[in-house]
Amino acid sequence: MLTFVAILVDGLIYSSWLFVVAVGLTLIFGVMKILNVAHGSLYAFGAYASASLIGAYFNAGWAPLGSFAVILLAALIIGVALGLLMERGLLRFMYGRDEVIIVLVTYAVFLILEDVIILIWGTSPYFAYQPYSLLGTASFGVLTFSNYDLALIGLSVFIGGLLWWGLTATRQGKMLQAVIHDREMALAFGIDVTRMFTITFVIGAVLGALGGAVTAPQISVTPGIGVEVIVIAFAVVVVGGMGSIPGAAVGALIVGMIRATAVHLIPQVELFVIYAVMSLVLAFRPKGLFSRAEARKI
Amino acid sequence: MSTIGSSHPAARTLRSRLLARGILPGLLAGLLLLALGVPAGAQQTIKIGVVAYLSGAAAGPFGIPGRNGAEVLIDAINGGSLPAPYNTKGIGGAAIDAVFIDEAGSTTKQVEEYRNLVQRQNVDAVVGYISSGNCLAVAPVAEELKMLTVFFDCGTPRIFEDASYKYVFRTAAHSTMDNVAAAHYVAAKFPNIKGYTGINQNYAWGQDSWRDFELSMQLLMPKAKVTTAPLFPKLFAGQYSAEISALQASNSDVIHSSFWDGDLESFILQAAARGLPQRSTLVLTTGEANMFRLGAKMPDGIVIGGRGPYGVLARDTELNRWFQKTYADRYGTPPVYPSYQMAEAFLGVKVAYDKAAQRTAGKLPTREQAIAAFEHAQFEAFGTHINMALGNGHQAITETAYGLYKFDKSTGTASITDVVRFPAECVNPPVGAKSDDWVKGGLKGAKCK
Repeated sequence: MLTFVAILVDGLIYSSWLFVVAVGLTLIFGVMKILNVAHGSLYAFGAYASASLIGAYFNAGWAPLGSFAVILLAALIIGVALGLLMERGLLRFMYGRDEVIIVLVTYAVFLILEDVIILIWGTSPYFAYQPYSLLGTASFGVLTFSNYDLALIGLSVFIGGLLWWGLTATRQGKMLQAVIHDREMALAFGIDVTRMFTITFVIGAVLGALGGAVTAPQISVTPGIGVEVIVIAFAVVVVGGMGSIPGAAVGALIVGMIRATAVHLIPQVELFVIYAVMSLVLAFRPKGLFSRAEARKI
Repeated sequence: MSTIGSSHPAARTLRSRLLARGILPGLLAGLLLLALGVPAGAQQTIKIGVVAYLSGAAAGPFGIPGRNGAEVLIDAINGGSLPAPYNTKGIGGAAIDAVFIDEAGSTTKQVEEYRNLVQRQNVDAVVGYISSGNCLAVAPVAEELKMLTVFFDCGTPRIFEDASYKYVFRTAAHSTMDNVAAAHYVAAKFPNIKGYTGINQNYAWGQDSWRDFELSMQLLMPKAKVTTAPLFPKLFAGQYSAEISALQASNSDVIHSSFWDGDLESFILQAAARGLPQRSTLVLTTGEANMFRLGAKMPDGIVIGGRGPYGVLARDTELNRWFQKTYADRYGTPPVYPSYQMAEAFLGVKVAYDKAAQRTAGKLPTREQAIAAFEHAQFEAFGTHINMALGNGHQAITETAYGLYKFDKSTGTASITDVVRFPAECVNPPVGAKSDDWVKGGLKGAKCK
């Protein structure tokens, strides 16, 4: 029973983190067909900004609970600023080019931003640990969980729900779906696709930065943290189906649960199991679990 | 028309002034150098490539402190300001000209960078490398290029146990020492434990560390058992929620970890928030490198090692006091073990060249002469004694120490209490023995008294 609860809770916590980190990546790909490797940099920038602002906030001696708002603020500032800079300043000139070229461009941006991080924050680690212990712990037998980790489950459900509602129940969302399904047709119907691209990229960037911002209190924020994240986020997106938000949720859930099961039952295969699942899914569903049927254009 | 000859009083006055100010000897020396074809003002230099992580996750806890240690030593050696007996200027009389290279990137990249250092930048020696993978890859290339190369930090015992090198040295002890000593410390301080397990990174360093610790525990504490399968999360995983739950469920008295860099800090932050260090004693073989940065965030009572007697575990000697003060004055933080290891690597090069220079009438010794002097050398470093005892005189052994972490909130200082020192011959394999065989064979030949 104890092991089952541990697997369930740890799996949900890890899945939630994966979803927050990966959903921005899949959203941008779904709308713009851009595999944004620089998503890892947005995560890292979000983490650094969050750590810096949290440090300044606590040094100022303000109410500790306000630090959660600081985390969201850090993600918003970084996501909007960097998202606009990347999309308006660079990517818009690449639209229409081969997807591989755009991947290489975002990879170049990723490498540049990695060095920019070192220029701004240096190589020493940053800590923003205060919010992590602020919410206390919850116990189940000998297991003690951080309520901050449990709150991440709520955050991911909220983000998933918000995106789902935004895409299905709002006018802008429906227009975005039209762009996802057929960019040329949407353009023909008068949808401002360029504006949609900018909005989508900024939302994706904010989500990437949010992933880093909420992770900052749990970790030592050091150069290179974005590298690992982009790999695992890519695995989640591939399992779920590139560009599918429900796919990202299911992909995160599968990867998170399987990893937690491995850690508790067969720790020797922890590393192997994530990529084994990815390979298995790709073997039977080459475009992921929630891939959309594409009309063949003649 | 008047001239000033050598016998003229004005000429004598001018000559005495020139002599007094050292101008005349300088001019004469300049003329001599011109005649010999040496540019005036040129000083004999020895160019050394210095390799450490200057970016990436390992830069903060390892690479930058290592580079800082190199800078302190280079300036002190060039200025002749090291305490006795190392207070002569330069290495074998030559000033160090350092070239710093970032160790970040793949092993292939490091091999390319190494070749560039040797073949394009024409360095005379290379000091560096934190990653065991990089050390293993660079060592045969150093041999091929006949380049004196001193590893300062990497821990794998395999370098000199699986091969024999003429041009490669390592002035720090290898990782077997860390984990055998950790088991000794647990046996000495926690004799009643019933169960233990480990969490280590999933690559050679983590796997070897756990193997050495577990085998040593079986010998030293046969009644204590491994509670649950050891955990091996991937390097730079960052998220340890599931691992911490598994460790909590294991009810282990002791948890061993050779985690380093940001992984160690992230693990501590997450484990401390969930009360793991209060239930189980954490044994961190590299914890010393992170303790000052973590400060109050690291719970008291954690067993701390520093891959040797470095930092707060170093002995109180004049050399150590000098190093601590010079480093702290310059960088505003105390030196940690990678700083010490880098500093003692440079000291090793100086010892070798200075010793060889005694036989070359002051001329800069050749690389071969320096290497001959380096082999089997013994010298005092910063709070420890280096004995190049293993690997045909190319691999150092040192004593080591472990203690318990304590943070004083009133003064804001981190320290280590209950320090136990272990002699080099107690925790390092004897000459000719492979670490793996030595630990499996019951630590035969260990001299612990």
